[in-house]
Amino acid sequence: MSEKDLPALTIADLQSRLRKKEISPREVIESLRARIENVEPKIDAYLSLDFDAALKQAEKVDVDLPLGGVPIAVKDIINVKGQPCTCGSKILGNYRSPYDATVIRRLRAAGAIPLGKTNMDEFAMGSSTENSSFKVTRNPWDVSRVPGGSSGGSAAAVAADAAFGGLGTDTGGSIRQPASLSGIVGVKPSYGRVSRYGLTAFASSLDQVGPLAKTVRDAAMIMSGMAGHDPLDSTSLPDPVPDYTKNLGRDLKGVKLGVPKEYRVEGIDPQVSAAVNAAIKQLESLGAEIVHLSLPHTDHGIAVYYFLATAEASANLARFDGVRYGHRAKNPQDILDFYGRTREEGFGAEVKRRIILGTYVLSSGYYDAYYVRAQKVRQLIRQDFVKAFEKCDAIVSPTSPEPAFKIGERTANPLAMYLADIFTNTANLAGLCGISIPCGFAKENGSQLPIGLQILCKPLDEARIFQIAHAYERSTDWHKQRPKV
Amino acid sequence: MAKSTDLDVGYVSKLARLNLGDDETKLFQKQLADVLKYAEKLGEVDVSHVEAAAHAVPMFNVFREDEPGPCFTAAEALANAPQKANQLFIVPKVVE
Repeated sequence: MSEKDLPALTIADLQSRLRKKEISPREVIESLRARIENVEPKIDAYLSLDFDAALKQAEKVDVDLPLGGVPIAVKDIINVKGQPCTCGSKILGNYRSPYDATVIRRLRAAGAIPLGKTNMDEFAMGSSTENSSFKVTRNPWDVSRVPGGSSGGSAAAVAADAAFGGLGTDTGGSIRQPASLSGIVGVKPSYGRVSRYGLTAFASSLDQVGPLAKTVRDAAMIMSGMAGHDPLDSTSLPDPVPDYTKNLGRDLKGVKLGVPKEYRVEGIDPQVSAAVNAAIKQLESLGAEIVHLSLPHTDHGIAVYYFLATAEASANLARFDGVRYGHRAKNPQDILDFYGRTREEGFGAEVKRRIILGTYVLSSGYYDAYYVRAQKVRQLIRQDFVKAFEKCDAIVSPTSPEPAFKIGERTANPLAMYLADIFTNTANLAGLCGISIPCGFAKENGSQLPIGLQILCKPLDEARIFQIAHAYERSTDWHKQRPKV
Repeated sequence: MAKSTDLDVGYVSKLARLNLGDDETKLFQKQLADVLKYAEKLGEVDVSHVEAAAHAVPMFNVFREDEPGPCFTAAEALANAPQKANQLFIVPKVVE
């Protein structure tokens, strides 16, 4: 294998070559640099890269560590010491992280090498990565289309072999949906499974950091490297972390898969329906039993999500006031002008829109009608899942109702963009874990566009998710197909 | 449920300490009215016996030992300051 072909390897294959000393960590970084320089002008996945820091770490890395010598792309909302952390926003345009997020500290300890920061929708608000203040990332399968979002930079980089694996964050589908649209694997861990310390907060009761990878095994390896209790995050769970690669290879005999009738909604692309139905048949042929069930409050998920997520965001983003870091407006007349203009100049349209909605649902006179009511319906959505998981081990569905759409096609209609979160955001409301894996392709105007299958399990059942996803992946070759970028 | 027409984007932007241009105010007024109209169906759900869920995993009183540990130096804390002097953040005068 020539150095040119190294970036196409999975993390598992890369590691075995590193450990056999067929290649050095330095060669890995250099080959990835060449690949990035080649494809980056076409996809624009990265916001910043630091090869010097990566090479320095590569010189002394122990390749026998669980992720020894594996470079990782990091969504630009996760703090990496000394690197920019813009959150895709002008308001943090000059910001540099003074510390490592816990996930970065853990991944470094496991031998992984943070290589660069990836593009995203501003403050993770969006499903297309078009809301970045800096640039539009393109889908490697068709560069006229979006890679999904908000973790679109990490997804596009992994899909284009410009990263071996990446980190994203998922508040309402922001890992699973770009994984689906970009044809890779994306995992949203259970709420509290991965530390949020050093993740710039969007909606604190919904946010989780998770991996994007080429294969289920790679995703399980990254998860094993970063999951677990963190005293610096009071919402992180104390439960012990199993080895997520342990269940890989186990069959599906006796596994019950739930198919909710509410997920048969209008507006699903027929090619997506066909691919997901075929995937469910395939899982059945592998030994799984299909259970038909109901999640009665599904239809309310999007309304609940957009009230709660924007309410939490309006509070979390109050910190961007121009005082201690970030953009500051010039020559203010008074303190209100100082805050008002700093934030007007620093935030983009979608962030402003969500701050307004969130402030409104929390404001006097509307708090009970919107915010508290949404919290109560959230409870009902959660109870739907508790009941469903008494009858099944996992729930299967499309990840996104449609494949990647054209850049610019949706930007004028925020509600239409929000509605596409229908299959993903209830998992965040209920604290579940979920994965998206490739399950086919749609053909549109000569383009081949990936389709994703979502598998959801009850909180802390990540090992089960990896088992089911891996059994499916082994029996198909969707994940082996790569975009020609 | 309140009526979606209650939303006054100009007023809420003042609460949010977020200035908006006239065009943006008008656009958001229309777009968020659509969102609120869509969300009206939440009013149909019977929530009379439901306790509000602030978190998917309820957790209470998470304490740690009150022990001194490493923290930022003043220089680190000030590294991203828009304006600084004498180990302090400089802000415009806000009291007369």
